[in-house]
Amino acid sequence: MRTIKTEEISKAVREMCIEANHVLSADMKNVFDEAEKKEESPLGRQILNQLKENLKIAREDQIPICQDTGMAVVFLKIGQDVHIEGGSLKEAVNQGVREGYQEGYLRKSVVADPIERVNTMDNTPAVIHCEIVDGDQVEITVAPKGFGSENMSRIFMLKPADGIEGVKEAILTAVKEAGPNACPPMVVGVGIGGTFEKCALMAKHALTRNLKEESAVPYVRELEKEMVEKINCLGIGPGGLGGRVTAFAVNIETYPTHIAGLPVAVNICCHVNRHIHRTI
Amino acid sequence: MEQHINAPISREEAGRLHAGDYVYLTGTIYTARDAAHKRMQEAIERGESLPFPIEGTMIYYMGPSPAREGRPIGSAGPTTASRMDRYAPALMDLGLGAMIGKGKRSQSVIDGVVRNGCVYFAAVGGAGALLSKCITSSQVVAYEDLGPEAIRRLEVKNFPVIVVIDSEGNNLYETAIIQYQK
Repeated sequence: MRTIKTEEISKAVREMCIEANHVLSADMKNVFDEAEKKEESPLGRQILNQLKENLKIAREDQIPICQDTGMAVVFLKIGQDVHIEGGSLKEAVNQGVREGYQEGYLRKSVVADPIERVNTMDNTPAVIHCEIVDGDQVEITVAPKGFGSENMSRIFMLKPADGIEGVKEAILTAVKEAGPNACPPMVVGVGIGGTFEKCALMAKHALTRNLKEESAVPYVRELEKEMVEKINCLGIGPGGLGGRVTAFAVNIETYPTHIAGLPVAVNICCHVNRHIHRTI
Repeated sequence: MEQHINAPISREEAGRLHAGDYVYLTGTIYTARDAAHKRMQEAIERGESLPFPIEGTMIYYMGPSPAREGRPIGSAGPTTASRMDRYAPALMDLGLGAMIGKGKRSQSVIDGVVRNGCVYFAAVGGAGALLSKCITSSQVVAYEDLGPEAIRRLEVKNFPVIVVIDSEGNNLYETAIIQYQK
């Protein structure tokens, strides 16, 4: 049994919130260069160039990449041989978010109630997803999620007879409807299978996957490639102002499902696909 | 075509802009998002005045991140305009000159743009750090309790935008996509 103090978790979350909002992961940065080579639209290339310049300014001048510094989504993989000491784990994560958003000059975008809508003024609470895994470590992923693209995300409860063609149609429908609202070029996270909530969670988690990593499942790998090509034939382009590069990547996760169902969730993320991992 | 335009904007100037024009804005603009629009709508219904002069004004759909010491503003890119579609036509009918945001607009907004000779500009979504460099001052003028959603008066210099919906009702989001569809 290994003991981890809640303070360590708060500190990690605080630092990760700040870093994720100022610097994109290397895999995300690379796709901008590749996209600029592929883009045929002059305006599209100009926008991609501005986005690269934006990343540079964000990093050098410590200005958040996007003013929507998101609702903090935190994935915790907790080893079953870990004992957490020093208070509530949930409060430790929220304390990290609170401090990170304050110290990092990040926008406070969370309201305490979806109907009453009073800003909590410290960006808490975070959305926390815990999973118990083997081992004696805690793996933390912080993924601040902006709502321009979150609002364009969809869940489709397809029929088994709809099959893979139905899945493709669902993904294209969501991306077409999202268009310029979701700040393309996008990263598209897809969950297929499970239950209603499981497929949504997979779609969210898929967005945190390194863009250079491929799915381990052969048909999923092929589907990911095919969907990027199909999406990039829609013409939406950077900023939705026409062009070849609408999606940087499609990341798909799958899970066993019920004999009667084929749930598909499409979680769209803008080009500011922020995710950062750390293991304690 | 590249153009330089001053804010606020006159009907004549707005009428000369065409969907697809690349425009640099200089002058005074105001920010407002969902919650501020809701309050302005309520003020209009009560017959009260708006917190800024409306004639020819450009509203920027934006809620910034906090400014670091010595800077006028934090990250400051556009938010999704369609959330303001419910409120925009009434403001245009009162004299609003232009809207700056990102994303699609409803038919009633497009009709309002044509009816009033307005213009809808898009700024590049997710380029908040870059765009903040074109804002020289920022002051909260109303609804301070809304935090990032308060109404701010901004001074902007060469702030880059693209005309998406012009006063004739042309919509760049629809026309530009067709060109690159396969």
